Amino acid sequence: MTAVAEQNAQWLELFTQQPAAEPWIQALREEAFARFSAQGFPTTHHEEWRFTNVAPVTKVARAARPADKPAAIPEQAKPHLAKYASLDHPFVALNTAFLHDVRVITVPRGATLEAPIEITYEGPAEGTAAHPRTLILVGANAQCTIVETYKGEGTYFTNAVTEIVVADSAVVDHYKIQQESLSAYHIATLQAAIGRSAAFSSHSISLGGALTRNDVNAVLSEGSDANINGLYIVNGTQHVDNHTAIDHAKPHATSHELYKGILDGQSHAVFNGKIIVRQDAQKTDSKQTNKNLVLSDDAVIDTKPELQIWADDVRCTHGATIGQLDSEMLFYLQSRGIGRKDARNLLIYAFAQDIVDRIKVQSLRDSLERTLFEKFHEHPE
Amino acid sequence: MSDSTQTIETFANQEYKWGFVTDIEADAIPRGLNEDVIRLISAKKNEPEWLLDWRLKAYRHWLDMEEPSWANVTYPPIDYQNIIYYAAPKTKTDAPKSLEEVDPELLKTYEKLGIPLKEQEMLAGVAVDAVFDSVSVATTFKEKLKAQGIIFCSFSEAVQEHPELVKKYLGSVVPASDNFFAALNSAVFSDGSFCYVPKGVRCPMELSTYFRINAKDTGQFERTLIVADEGAYVSYLEGCTAPMRDTNQLHAAVVELVALDHAQIKYSTVQNWYPGDKDGKGGIYNFVTKRGACRGVNSKISWTQVETGSAITWKYPSCLLIGENSVGEFYSVALTNNWQQADTGTKMIHIGKNTTSTIVSKGISAGHGQNTYRGGVKILKSATGARNYSQCDSLLLGDKCGAHTFPYLEVRNTSAQVEHEASTSKIGEDQIFYCRQRGISTEDAVSMIVHGFCKEVFRELPMEFAVEAQKLLGVSLEGSVG
Repeated sequence: MTAVAEQNAQWLELFTQQPAAEPWIQALREEAFARFSAQGFPTTHHEEWRFTNVAPVTKVARAARPADKPAAIPEQAKPHLAKYASLDHPFVALNTAFLHDVRVITVPRGATLEAPIEITYEGPAEGTAAHPRTLILVGANAQCTIVETYKGEGTYFTNAVTEIVVADSAVVDHYKIQQESLSAYHIATLQAAIGRSAAFSSHSISLGGALTRNDVNAVLSEGSDANINGLYIVNGTQHVDNHTAIDHAKPHATSHELYKGILDGQSHAVFNGKIIVRQDAQKTDSKQTNKNLVLSDDAVIDTKPELQIWADDVRCTHGATIGQLDSEMLFYLQSRGIGRKDARNLLIYAFAQDIVDRIKVQSLRDSLERTLFEKFHEHPE
Repeated sequence: MSDSTQTIETFANQEYKWGFVTDIEADAIPRGLNEDVIRLISAKKNEPEWLLDWRLKAYRHWLDMEEPSWANVTYPPIDYQNIIYYAAPKTKTDAPKSLEEVDPELLKTYEKLGIPLKEQEMLAGVAVDAVFDSVSVATTFKEKLKAQGIIFCSFSEAVQEHPELVKKYLGSVVPASDNFFAALNSAVFSDGSFCYVPKGVRCPMELSTYFRINAKDTGQFERTLIVADEGAYVSYLEGCTAPMRDTNQLHAAVVELVALDHAQIKYSTVQNWYPGDKDGKGGIYNFVTKRGACRGVNSKISWTQVETGSAITWKYPSCLLIGENSVGEFYSVALTNNWQQADTGTKMIHIGKNTTSTIVSKGISAGHGQNTYRGGVKILKSATGARNYSQCDSLLLGDKCGAHTFPYLEVRNTSAQVEHEASTSKIGEDQIFYCRQRGISTEDAVSMIVHGFCKEVFRELPMEFAVEAQKLLGVSLEGSVG
């Protein structure tokens, strides 16, 4: 208990040291910090954090961030900022408490952007924490692609929050590539509010980080469609935790979710997929799949696909599998003259390809394919 | 659509047929729970010192425990001091030695319930141990079973006659401190069934227990302990009913199964406690802890349950798969209608090598019913080559009910193969249309589809029970089909 108090005191000190911001931002910060202090850091006694121990993360906060002057926040962002991601999530609250430089992207009504919008967040200095905040506002009937990349070096803590507002009939593809350093901590929340008849897709690729926790939450309006995909490849003692929550708040919406993981070494993967179908969300069609491929004997997997259904005229399915490479498939390839090692790599590659193929940005797909190739080609037998 | 909704509704609104009260004098102790009550229960049962100590230990532990709140059910707080913890039918003789001595009133009750004990003595059928309120009333076929060395008797009798077996296995699967309701049960349990099948014996008939809560404001806390020694086989059935009352009654039972090398236990339940009326008033709170341990190699425990009754069900029959190659199975149909709530599922804990488990769960929600499947599959580090397959399907009838699935898969050994599948849907209008087109009425069509949906589980039930379960399902669903 004293440790918790000590930590909170530390964060309070950091909080009060922040340079002052505009009054409305300051109000947001204060509310968020109050919520954070009330909750504290989650422990494994919290259902949502049962398998992820954030104790090492909480220790990275010694130094404050440089106090450069933030860019002005555009007027149209004001009604949206911090209105979607829930402060019940302690790390969202923490991020909001340290709201500083917000990247706001607005895509006007009806605009079609061919080139992807790329946002790159470099990890902060050794032993410090950063709270990147992104707000993406996509107007009605607009189309755009957003690529968020996280990378860095050393031991640090990235606590990101991205809020996306997809207006009616807009089409948004969101990609998040997490390539943090292998000793970094990465906790991120993506909160999407999806308008009527809009289509939203999210692809979350987790490769780096000592400890990664991703929350992807989407709230669907009438007739909208969500595609939530994820790929995590971990080795060594890496820990990756993916939580998704798809909230079918309105009728006639569809959602498809596919998360795939490849685990090696003593890595630990957690998946928790929640589908909530509200009482009036009739005609919902929802599908969720989590597949895990395990390459070592010491990897650990905890998966919990969850359905909460309050409407009757729905079709919802979920499935989860955990398994090793199919020995018959290996045999098949070997019997056709492909060496054991190559056959193995081929199968791993094919497993991941399912997600890679869903990426529509050519350059991104190419670079990911390269990364995968390097990762598995050099993989020792 | 509206036509079919109506049919479903008439189908689902059939009334509870087992809601009568038997006018029988009961020997009940005062309300409330304290150490004296436990001593009194223990004294009434003439129990040895060690058992009383065990009860008291459980009680002291219970005092420190908190009622669990994680289940997806809501109910007003239970006043544990307002429950009568022991009620026994008063009979002329204290313990009936044979059926002839049993109060005829009581036998009539069982006849009404459809278990004519006398008749069954003649038919080579099911051996029944009937538990009425807190005590076991009669056990049939005892002699016949005895000839094979099988012990099948009430729990209190087992305590008197086979204390060494009881002492060895009691609390070995579900420890007294396991959870809130198990601890409460361990402190106040009044009776139950005990069964021991010796080495290499295949029990020649289905064993069965019938539980009935009759007295008002009582709680029923029974304990079942089944031990199958090396190479033994036993199939055990359990059924339950209760009178209709508008207050809620608590039923907190504990079932422990132990299977040694090559042994097999098949445990089937048809649970039909009073579910409360149409407005959700009354009904039984069924908070039960059931767990089986596959201790030996090649052992197998199979749970089959049909849950149609109870206002609230909180029940997770589990298997501890310790022995190599042991097998755990769980087949379940849970139906919630009107205002019933069920949070049920299973836990399969794989400890030994090459252990296998299968979970098939079918949930049906109608009216305002809330049906939750909560299942855990744990593959421990030692369980090399473990295999699990889980399937849980939910059927929704009506737009005010809910179906929820919370499966937990925790894998610590990666040679394991774990699969989980779940689906939720309603009966398609096209399916109904197809049947109607062929001259099948909506009601029949729905009942056909529901039975088809549950078939996988019913197939696992022993014959007599399968028929009963189907009937029960029909009755419980009456008026809700649409």
